[in-house]
Amino acid sequence: MIAGILLFIPLFFLPLWNITLEAPQYPIPLGMDIHISKFADTHPFDIKNINLMNHYVGMQYIPETIPEFEIFPYVVGFMMVLGLIIGFFGGYKMFFAWFFVMAILGLLGMYDFYMWEYNYGHNLSEKAIMNFKNPDGSVMGFQPPLWGTKDILNFTAHSYPRIGAVLMFVGMGLTFLAGIVGFKESK
Amino acid sequence: MKNYILSIFALTMMSIVLTSCGPGSTSKKSGGNSGALTSGAAAQTYVAPGDYDEFYAFISGGFSGQLAVYGLPSGRLFRVIPVFSQDPEKGYGYNEETKPMLNTSHGFVPWGDSHHPDISQTKGTVDGRWCFINENNTPRIAKIDLKTFETDEIIELPNSAGNHSSSFVTENTEYVVAGTRFSVPIPQRDMSIKDYKGNFKGSLSFISVDQQDGGMDLAFQIRMPGFDYDLAHPGRGKSHGWFFFTTYNTEEANSLLEVNASQNDKDFIAAVNWKKAEEYIKAGKFTTEKTRYAHNTWDEATHSATSTIKTEVKVLDASKLPGLVYFLPTPKSPHGCDVSPDGEYIIGNGKLAAELTAHSFTKMLKAIEDKAFDGEAYGIPILKYEAVNAGAVKNPGLGPLHTEFDGKGNAYTTFFISSEVVKWKLGTWEVIDRQPVYYSVGHLMIPGGNSAHPWGKYLVAMNKITKDRYLSTGPEVCQSAQLFDITGEKMKLLLDFPTIGEPHYAAGCPKDLLHDKTTKIFKLEENKHPYATHSEADAKVFRKGKDVHINMTMIRSHFSPDNIEGVQVGDRVFFHVTNLEQDYDVPHGISMIGANASELLIMPGRTETFIWEPKEVGVWPFYCTDFCSALHQEMQGYVRVSPRGSSVPISFTLDGDAPGAE
Repeated sequence: MIAGILLFIPLFFLPLWNITLEAPQYPIPLGMDIHISKFADTHPFDIKNINLMNHYVGMQYIPETIPEFEIFPYVVGFMMVLGLIIGFFGGYKMFFAWFFVMAILGLLGMYDFYMWEYNYGHNLSEKAIMNFKNPDGSVMGFQPPLWGTKDILNFTAHSYPRIGAVLMFVGMGLTFLAGIVGFKESK
Repeated sequence: MKNYILSIFALTMMSIVLTSCGPGSTSKKSGGNSGALTSGAAAQTYVAPGDYDEFYAFISGGFSGQLAVYGLPSGRLFRVIPVFSQDPEKGYGYNEETKPMLNTSHGFVPWGDSHHPDISQTKGTVDGRWCFINENNTPRIAKIDLKTFETDEIIELPNSAGNHSSSFVTENTEYVVAGTRFSVPIPQRDMSIKDYKGNFKGSLSFISVDQQDGGMDLAFQIRMPGFDYDLAHPGRGKSHGWFFFTTYNTEEANSLLEVNASQNDKDFIAAVNWKKAEEYIKAGKFTTEKTRYAHNTWDEATHSATSTIKTEVKVLDASKLPGLVYFLPTPKSPHGCDVSPDGEYIIGNGKLAAELTAHSFTKMLKAIEDKAFDGEAYGIPILKYEAVNAGAVKNPGLGPLHTEFDGKGNAYTTFFISSEVVKWKLGTWEVIDRQPVYYSVGHLMIPGGNSAHPWGKYLVAMNKITKDRYLSTGPEVCQSAQLFDITGEKMKLLLDFPTIGEPHYAAGCPKDLLHDKTTKIFKLEENKHPYATHSEADAKVFRKGKDVHINMTMIRSHFSPDNIEGVQVGDRVFFHVTNLEQDYDVPHGISMIGANASELLIMPGRTETFIWEPKEVGVWPFYCTDFCSALHQEMQGYVRVSPRGSSVPISFTLDGDAPGAE
């Protein structure tokens, strides 16, 4: 349990998620790393250059910050403190409880991320330089995938967890395992 | 429990490995055609699309005044670096930032004659920090920063004329050295040309190089007899601390030199002990002479040049300071002066001689110790030919000009008259191979071939005449280079390729020294240009008397502002244009109808300025000159010009609003 919680520490300085855009003119792809507290360039000035690309289809600029970045570090910090307390003093039931709360928070985070992405990809300027329609006649959106790879016009967009999220998943797995072990030992 | 921990550990490591191979990492280029057909010359020079050349070649542009960058073995031209001549394509010498770079003691000189590039060295090895190149006509040395491939310093040389025996660096780039081909009265004065002999003087200039920023400084000059100092090279290894210059016209003729300067059986190689010169300078044995020369420097933060006229030079008199210079008799008007990689042999390419002369540095030191002198010239000891000569290549060809080395004990010499390159062996002086070139080769270049550590794979012969080698283009045809493979016993001609101007000489180095270290963009936040505009909101137009300053930005795909009013006939309008891009290879250009200047081609993060003096009332457009983006054709704007004294106020907008307004 404790080991699992400790794996959350890197979240404060390693990226959680990454969106990468590949195109022929970008032999070095454009990328944005998402941390729990900020958007960061994968290579210097990537976000500025993503914004420059996206303004042609009327997309909004990626904001400097979003309200979630104020909250996430506290939520993670709180869960870690709670996890440590439970790890030292709690039983396996508490381990499971912590795991499910964390899982729900994680799903909420993913949902929030999806909503932001949806808005980012569909809230297009009315004066957009270029307009694209889907085959069914609806306005084409430019939402990157939540998880996976997707072709958007000349770009191939990749959206995958980075090391911070992977360690978090493993940490959560460990707490779940700790719960199972505790459950078996209790019998 | 242990198993759980192990398997979780394994899972973690696997995840790390998997994510680190994600789409963020780029795939490396394939090895190209290596391993494919290695026999044919075509296969050897074929660089597959998207693959890179193995070497850079910096080939002088001669009377174009510039320096061209090629790839070897493909012979493809990548860039022409403007150095001594204006270049409207890049705004060099036209924009306000670079104009001072072409200032001299004679005022603004728009053209130069570039000759001999040389890349900086450390411990005798080409290191790729800077490339130096000399200008022959208005004696100057330029330094090119090999991160940006831009000229960032030019220093003029006083007391010089025909700056030909330049610009060669010492083993650790302590100095870049220059010599004067035409001796002149020093100081310049009104005197009869007939009184040349004994009155005209030569100058050898030692320009110190700051090891941090490459800054050049004319440390001292050595005053020499009035010969013609043709070419030069530094000692290296054991001969480090010495510099060797070929001379001709030791007859000191002042007219019909083709005859009168070809009378002596032997001219000299001047061996200069520059360590001794440093001692003399330290000991105060110099005279400080009044003179005038321009020193033009470049500030990277403001990316602007400043020209300063300097007025003094320290001079050491070779006739009066013992041990500073010795003369090595060398047959018949030697041209190239080349030192073997180990520093032992000094090759004098006597261009009218029947043989190629090699002197021994070891023998030279002994001859000096033994005082094996054969008289003196203007107080400078002439060493006995037999006492310094190591050997000669017999009947090598006609008209030897220049020699380089492959680092495997071989030397390669060009022969202008017999139009060939000859390979011969150091020490045994036997000819190993000879190959014809088309036609009349001047210099040759092996990457690192004038250093202690040549990369002896390719040889580039630079020809003076091409005649029928290419598609005809009227009376003026291109000059050319020819590429040889020198890895085998016999040289193998691989490729002809045309060059800009006249390729006097070249310097080369492996791709890896430079390719990954070049500047991609200039950081906007580091832009300290006095008229830089760091964001669209900061763009503005303001009047100062008759001067109107337009602080403008450019980014895909618009200028800001792009509608400007309030300019009047007779104003001087300064366009200070900042490229806000921070992406690789996204320059923007700008040009204005009626401007008596070139376009500007502005790299990401930089500010450049041109001046427009509107002469007619009207509304005049400007536009981006570089196809920057999908909406490049839309990247344009207008300036309204009103009559002198008009009440139309200065205004500037983008899309109807002040720039930067939401």
